[in-house]
Amino acid sequence: MAERTLFRGARVVDPAAGLDDVMDVLVQEGGVAAVGSGLDGLGSTVLDCEGLVLAPGLVDMHAHLRQPGREDKETVETGCRAAAAGGFTAVAPMANTDPVADNAAVIHEIRDLAVQADLCNVFPVGAITKGLEGEFMADIGEMVEAGVRMFSDDGRCVPTARILRNALTYAKTFDDVVLAEHCEDASLAEGGQMHEGYHSYTLGLAGAPGEAEEIAVARDLAVARLTGGRLHLCHLSSARSVELVRRAKAEGLRVTAEVTPHHLVFSDEDLVAYDTNLKVNPPLRTAEDRASLRAALADGTIDAIATDHAPHAVEEKEAEFDRAPPGTIGLETALGAVLTELVGPGLMDVRRAVEAMAVAPARILGAADHGGPIEMGRPANLVVFDPAASWVVEPPFHSKSRNSAFLGRTLQGRVIHTMLRGELTVTDGKPTR
Amino acid sequence: MMAPRLADEAEIRRSVTRIAHEILERNRGAEGVVLVGIAARGDDLARRLATEIERIEGVRVPVGALDITFYRDDIGMRGEAPEVKGTRIDFDVTGRTVVLVDDVLFTGRTIRAALDALVDFGRPEAIQLAVLVDRGHRELPIRADFVGKNVPTRKDEIVRVALKEVDGEDAVVVEEPR
Amino acid sequence: MNKHLLSINDVSTEDILRVLDTAESFREVGTRVIKKVPALRGRTVVNLFYEDSTRTRISFELAAKRLSADVINFSTSGSSVAKGESLKDTALTLQAMGADAVVIRHSSSGSPYQLTKWIKGSVLNAGDGTHEHPTQALLDLYTIREKLGRLEGLRIAIIGDVLHSRVARSLSLGLVKMGAEVTLVGPPTLIPPDAPAWGVQVSYDIESVLPKLEVCYMLRVQRERQRQQYFPSVREYSRLFGLTRARVAMLPEGALIMHPGPMNRGVEIDSDVADLPQAVIEAQVTNGIAIRMSLLYLLLGGARGEEATDG
Repeated sequence: MAERTLFRGARVVDPAAGLDDVMDVLVQEGGVAAVGSGLDGLGSTVLDCEGLVLAPGLVDMHAHLRQPGREDKETVETGCRAAAAGGFTAVAPMANTDPVADNAAVIHEIRDLAVQADLCNVFPVGAITKGLEGEFMADIGEMVEAGVRMFSDDGRCVPTARILRNALTYAKTFDDVVLAEHCEDASLAEGGQMHEGYHSYTLGLAGAPGEAEEIAVARDLAVARLTGGRLHLCHLSSARSVELVRRAKAEGLRVTAEVTPHHLVFSDEDLVAYDTNLKVNPPLRTAEDRASLRAALADGTIDAIATDHAPHAVEEKEAEFDRAPPGTIGLETALGAVLTELVGPGLMDVRRAVEAMAVAPARILGAADHGGPIEMGRPANLVVFDPAASWVVEPPFHSKSRNSAFLGRTLQGRVIHTMLRGELTVTDGKPTR
Repeated sequence: MMAPRLADEAEIRRSVTRIAHEILERNRGAEGVVLVGIAARGDDLARRLATEIERIEGVRVPVGALDITFYRDDIGMRGEAPEVKGTRIDFDVTGRTVVLVDDVLFTGRTIRAALDALVDFGRPEAIQLAVLVDRGHRELPIRADFVGKNVPTRKDEIVRVALKEVDGEDAVVVEEPR
Repeated sequence: MNKHLLSINDVSTEDILRVLDTAESFREVGTRVIKKVPALRGRTVVNLFYEDSTRTRISFELAAKRLSADVINFSTSGSSVAKGESLKDTALTLQAMGADAVVIRHSSSGSPYQLTKWIKGSVLNAGDGTHEHPTQALLDLYTIREKLGRLEGLRIAIIGDVLHSRVARSLSLGLVKMGAEVTLVGPPTLIPPDAPAWGVQVSYDIESVLPKLEVCYMLRVQRERQRQQYFPSVREYSRLFGLTRARVAMLPEGALIMHPGPMNRGVEIDSDVADLPQAVIEAQVTNGIAIRMSLLYLLLGGARGEEATDG
């Protein structure tokens, strides 16, 4: 008899199907077999989901899995395990590996590692320019053939409008290819350790002003207008960037945007004790910026939440602030952070959170098997979480690194089960493999 | 709580007068004598002694104040660093007879600290000790040369000298331990 | 007192006065035949200097020695640090050796904060990057109070590269705390736009400020700021913001001229100005020892953890 799993009595939140109701979900042979009330559990593994939320598996369109190159920080396997533990069924690792994912060989290697780990669907992001050096376009077509749909030089901004113009225009050769930009004017941001403002001046840390991002966002949106290309803006951090995106969308440009959980939760004020885990790029900005990001996420101006999961070695982070590399891990805390800081206080409902963490990123990434709807015949990529369970963020993590901005914080909302193509990668909060 | 009084204003005045006489007797006058009071209250007593000596002998002897905080042997045994009261010895002690003055002589540890402090100012000819009250319970081999009043006490009792200069009245009282 | 001295912001007005008053006693110790007291006998103070600063290191060393503490100087050249040892590993080593206090000078802002995570004893910030230099601020407060008798209501200008100056940050915050009126003066490129939030005023015109001052505090301006294009040339900087003889004449009678040293004579201050009687730069140095004695005494003179007992 085939493996059957019945999720019984879950609150099914499935924005793609417009569903939010208490239901049973039956999974069989890797797919959703039935959604309804009072389904027969005979011959199934029955998972009691009373009081729990069942949703499409989360999708992270922006993570750093460090393999190949920095396997001491993370591997595709450990990164995928951390992702599964955080409720994700799909992850898009950025191209800044060593060697850079600017050709099909590296893309295939990453995907093979992911298949072996079998914990998440991995959608490697290809580089826009060779070696991320901002000069020559990478072999985009070859990577598209290898299955890549998103390209990015993340960590760097494409340096000139001309190169971005060519890349955006060239990408139109292919269906549904999107270029994701890390928006930062290098000359203004150079040396910046944190957001430039009262706190950077008082802490004596070199600052990167919000304008460093806004200039790049404005330029990129202009180039998107010029080319009609499809542009995605990574990890927005400033209120005025959000305004630019809002206007661009109203104008009808093909642009989407993401925000990270840490930019939604923290602000530059939190750096007063020089906690290097809060050193991120783009930097945490003001409380006003944070409020704009939250509002923009709630109203859909910002489409998606992406973790920018950035593992770093302990010895790199336990160092002087200006020597520590920027970044925080985020896969294991993203859902809890969003539920605690946004859904809990009523800034958005669970449906919008699921939309931003699963539906929208799946759509932007072109990950058709993810993000719902949870309907008969669809692949069973699901997450079940307890919105009421609280837990304290502390090591050990499933990630190889522990540079979490959320260390020591209590989060409400914990992943119970994660299911990838009908198989539980996480059950009772623990990875199955 | 009413603390029992061991001495009142008149008695303290008589003690100071007597000690002043004894200092002059012992040192055959005021020549070469300097007074150094241990802050707080020892310095006030030293000034009173100087006034008495001047009245008797017609000579104003130099008076200094010594804070022994930096010389205490219980550093690190108290919650906070003890408050520093300030030292003022604006004369040379080398070759002089220094009469150390304190209000109460108890374990002797304060005097030990004061002796250490004093020699950092120079090399006196001799050091003598005058106290208003000797309450016993010495923990170091130290003895006063001039004593206003011997007061038998239990070790856990607290003997407090009040002086007009700081406390608004003159009195010696014994308090029960808190 | 807090256990550590990381920022002048962490020191209450009351504690600032306590530090200044206690320093008074240590000034007196400095006049004795034997300038040393046994107050910190058995305590170990480590000077951990990642930046060359002979003046500050010697000042701390002398302060600790005059308190009879054991002093270890750990500077970066020729040490394990030069061999690539991390701040954390160095800290753990010092911790294992039983350091009661670590005095740290570092080019990275916030390093003293990092150190407190690994050191059980007190951490004293002897200058961290472009953040703060709280002991310098305290010795400056002491010097001003000594010379002018008070701090409250005094009008003080801090002139120069405020943006990169840890001295300016600590001193501004300290002075504002003590009720002084502070004006920051310099080219707009070197004054943080958000500085008024510290409770200070800002001016770009030195000559309009000078006639109202009780204290004129000059900051060191590094020549490399010109390369970074904060101003077009050192000559132009001196012309616009340097303290010349002519500008000294605009100061009211009795106004003090101060500088944290080392001076760039001819850049921010004219050579002969530094030697005028109203320039109290040497007093700043002398008072530095007393202030650091006071701080070490107040931070280390109390109980060490479980050793605390009553009476």
